[in-house]
Amino acid sequence: MTALAHVPTSTGQPAGPPPPPRHDRHRLLPYLLLLPGAAWLLLFFAVPLFQLAAASLYDPTGSLSTGYALTWAFGNYPDVLQAYWPQFARSFGYAGIALLLALLMGYPLAYAIAQKAGRWKNLLLVCVVAPMFTSFLVRTLAWKTILSDNGWLVGLLRDVHLLGPDGRLLATPVAVVLGLTYNFLPFLVLPLYASLERLDYRLLEAASDLYASPVQIFRKVTLPLSMPGLIAGTLLFFIPATGDYINAELLGTPNEYMIGNVIDSAFLVRLDYPQGAALSFLLMAAILAVVFGYLRRAGTEEVL
Amino acid sequence: MKFSRWLADHWVMGVALLVLGYLSLPILVVAALSFNRPSSRLSYDFNEFTLDNWRQPCATSDMCDAVLRSVQIGFIATVVATVLGTLMAFALVRHRFTGRSGINLLIFLPMATPELVMGTSLLALFVSAGVPQGFWTVVIAHVMFCVSFVVVTVKARLAGMDRRLEEAAADLYASPWQTFRLVTLPLVLPGIVAAALLAFSLSFDDFIITNFNAGTTVTFPMYVWGAAQRGIPPQVNVIGTAMFVIALLLVGLTSLRGRRSRRAGLPVAPAAGRRAKSPT
Amino acid sequence: MTGMSAKTTGRAAPAGDLRLVNLTKRFGIFTAVDDLSLTIPQGSFFALLGASGCGKTTTLRMIAGLEQPTSGQVLLGDRDIARLRPYKRPVNTVFQSYALFPHLNIFENVAFGLRRRGIRSVDDEVLRMLALVQLDDFGHRRPAQLSGGQQQRVALARALINQPQVLLLDEPLGALDLKLRRQMQIELKRIQTEVGITFVHVTHDQEEAMTMADTVAVMNAGRIEQLGAPADMYEYPATAFVANFLGQSNLLAAEAAGGSGSEVPVTAHGARFSVPAGRARADRGEVYLGVRPEKLHLADSADQVPAGHQHVTGVVSDASYVGVSTQYLVRTGWGSELSAFAANSGLGGRLPVGAAVVAHWDPRHAFLLPRAPGQDDRTAGLLDEPVGASS
Ligand SMILES: Nc1ncnc2c1ncn2[C@@H]1O[C@H](COP(=O)(O)OP(=O)(O)O)[C@@H](O)[C@H]1O
Ligand SMILES: [Mg+2]
Repeated sequence: MTALAHVPTSTGQPAGPPPPPRHDRHRLLPYLLLLPGAAWLLLFFAVPLFQLAAASLYDPTGSLSTGYALTWAFGNYPDVLQAYWPQFARSFGYAGIALLLALLMGYPLAYAIAQKAGRWKNLLLVCVVAPMFTSFLVRTLAWKTILSDNGWLVGLLRDVHLLGPDGRLLATPVAVVLGLTYNFLPFLVLPLYASLERLDYRLLEAASDLYASPVQIFRKVTLPLSMPGLIAGTLLFFIPATGDYINAELLGTPNEYMIGNVIDSAFLVRLDYPQGAALSFLLMAAILAVVFGYLRRAGTEEVL
Repeated sequence: MKFSRWLADHWVMGVALLVLGYLSLPILVVAALSFNRPSSRLSYDFNEFTLDNWRQPCATSDMCDAVLRSVQIGFIATVVATVLGTLMAFALVRHRFTGRSGINLLIFLPMATPELVMGTSLLALFVSAGVPQGFWTVVIAHVMFCVSFVVVTVKARLAGMDRRLEEAAADLYASPWQTFRLVTLPLVLPGIVAAALLAFSLSFDDFIITNFNAGTTVTFPMYVWGAAQRGIPPQVNVIGTAMFVIALLLVGLTSLRGRRSRRAGLPVAPAAGRRAKSPT
Repeated sequence: MTGMSAKTTGRAAPAGDLRLVNLTKRFGIFTAVDDLSLTIPQGSFFALLGASGCGKTTTLRMIAGLEQPTSGQVLLGDRDIARLRPYKRPVNTVFQSYALFPHLNIFENVAFGLRRRGIRSVDDEVLRMLALVQLDDFGHRRPAQLSGGQQQRVALARALINQPQVLLLDEPLGALDLKLRRQMQIELKRIQTEVGITFVHVTHDQEEAMTMADTVAVMNAGRIEQLGAPADMYEYPATAFVANFLGQSNLLAAEAAGGSGSEVPVTAHGARFSVPAGRARADRGEVYLGVRPEKLHLADSADQVPAGHQHVTGVVSDASYVGVSTQYLVRTGWGSELSAFAANSGLGGRLPVGAAVVAHWDPRHAFLLPRAPGQDDRTAGLLDEPVGASS
């Protein structure tokens, strides 16, 4: 149910004529209405980002008990990159592979619900959202049962020799990627569904009337018209997947740790704030770079 | 020939159903495990059927405390976020003011920022300001990431509302306050309720941001996280299943109500709507 | 219902006419309503007619108080209400797409205005109103459960129940299909006569305006082009716009030399014609000589033209049979196509395309209008439907 509201393309300005100008005494009203919410977001979203930036430049030799000094220690950044580049690479690698899998699964699913499901549409939609009705962590733990060494899935794969006699799924990169794909798939499907639902079936008929093969119809009509949903869905999938560390922790081993695991332990176990803050900031910068690079290539600035 | 034609028409649906299976599998497993008597604390495999977990969901009292705390936090965060977000949505849809794009950005960014970054930056703030972390810092954090979702949800409803209804009320002698109370509010209410439900579910299920800001306070997701290391009590699956069933009931109820009120009320120009939909 | 109208006039005693004085509305640099002045007599059925986008809705909204005029006055009797809030005005509106409250049932929709004015026992009044619009048993339904025509009547009842001094109707029949529209036109007229309230009815359907209203104002680009009784306006339009907006006209570019007597002589395309002085809006310089298509008769040869008629010769270039009449296009020697409607009364034969004909008219049916310099003939195209045919 998160993703429904997540779609950034769906709500722009209100449709129709612009609201009529209010009388003078209403001029202050919008600011009064905005004040509490905006103040909250400024104080607890924007200001902390600056605090995080500051913390990433603390003297790395300090500690929580002795206190940190802001020494503009830019050296923290190369240091953490050197120490944790594998986790960084893994975060983007796993999220990228999971995204590919999710696209392969999510596009047909969204398309089928939008264009083929008829009166089952709403039911199927509920099925897509249903996983989010229960706790993220509990669901992820259920994969532990499904992928378990004694489970039927591993047994089956061993029987058909897709896995060796003591091959495993759990505690492997496969499990982590499967978990990521599963957990964030609805965020990809819902916006995609929203734009495919708006697609007029007659356009497809018109295309086939004009001698387009099914593959050509997909490439020339369906895909371009679903682009806004595809872009939104991709971002909604990729951003949380990259920052996730629950799947790596529960379904993987330290060999599968992503950058989130490192940040978690930096802040909560090792209490090394400069390092944790630098990693966090790098993560945000990297994600922003990927997102903007992607948006530029996809050619749709309107999504933001 | 016939079969390949059939396959061409139906393979998408086939793939879709397989993917839905993939999405539904874990829920089925959670439901099944809620009836499981595990062979050992650390085992995740199905062992033996039992109703004990459902009879005594609070056998591990820590867990029920955590659930209760999550409900409390979710409730407070939902009320605050819904009020703040609804006010913002009204300002954005109903008023012209300078600084609109800045406000839009401020609302959009929290939805696009990784939770990890929000959680750690808030932690950095609280630590440097010397604020002890606990119940209230979690509430603050939850309100922060819920507000944007409330704004977006209420805004959509508000923007879709016919301004002429309010003009009609004014034309029929309703003062601005009466117009708001008798026309605007009842019509926007479904959006506000949806936003509140969304906020509650976001808050209840949040782990990452909570984890960085909870101090020693334990919410349900944090309890599960901790228990995953020590061994999960099967009652966790009872809670998971119960949450699922409650949410499903809520959705079923609202969609039933929605269908009834769609038949009996909401669209202002049903004829026009129908014309736009059906390609005749 | 007599009790009702008696009560209405009782309440409306201090009211009087609705007067718009130099009313102007600008949206940024765009002028939607331009220095509009008109008087709407109390108790009359007034139609504001104009093409879409000409400023009709904006005018109504200023009367209702939903839009602030940029300048000008809205006078009800002697009182300037232009700056009053909408809920303080004795004016009610039937909105373009009804704007019924979807969350309230029909009864509550109709009772809304009474309740806001603090009237406690509304039952009798509401039931009487529902009876007036023939929706007696629909009180408990929601708006979406009604058909378009029924919704329209609820919107009417919801406004009328307040016994406003002026009722504003913004294209109230626009969303209805043709048959229902005809029916509701008659209904509306009946109700207006019954309650005696001033109706200001906005429409872009010239036929609707003509059949319903006592007075019609034709609006164009934010201004009133002409105002008057429908028949007067049709028979003797004031501008080329009105001549072609209310029905169709053949307008021939002509020069008038000014007349001293009862006739104004004009020259058009080298031929000489004349028009009675009482039917000349302009009698000097560049003018249009106008003849309605149904006043243009066709004859085989010049000797069949009745005495006193004036004529031009031409060739039938198109004939289309529309049942009640046949519409001909006659191409004149100088290349314009005049349109002529011949009633299929069975008296004359049908003329084939290509036939040489003489188009003639009684000068008492012609009229002269001012013409902007350089403007050529304006003749009605064949595709426009004639007045009287169902549109
Ligand atoms: N709120 C507004 N802001 C800007 N322009 C407007 C507004 N309302 C109406 N207009 C413009 O004023 C003109 C007249 O509109 P309207 O009165 O609605 O026309 P009508 O009802 O005759 O079709 C139109 O060109 C319309 O675009
Ligand atoms: Mg209009």
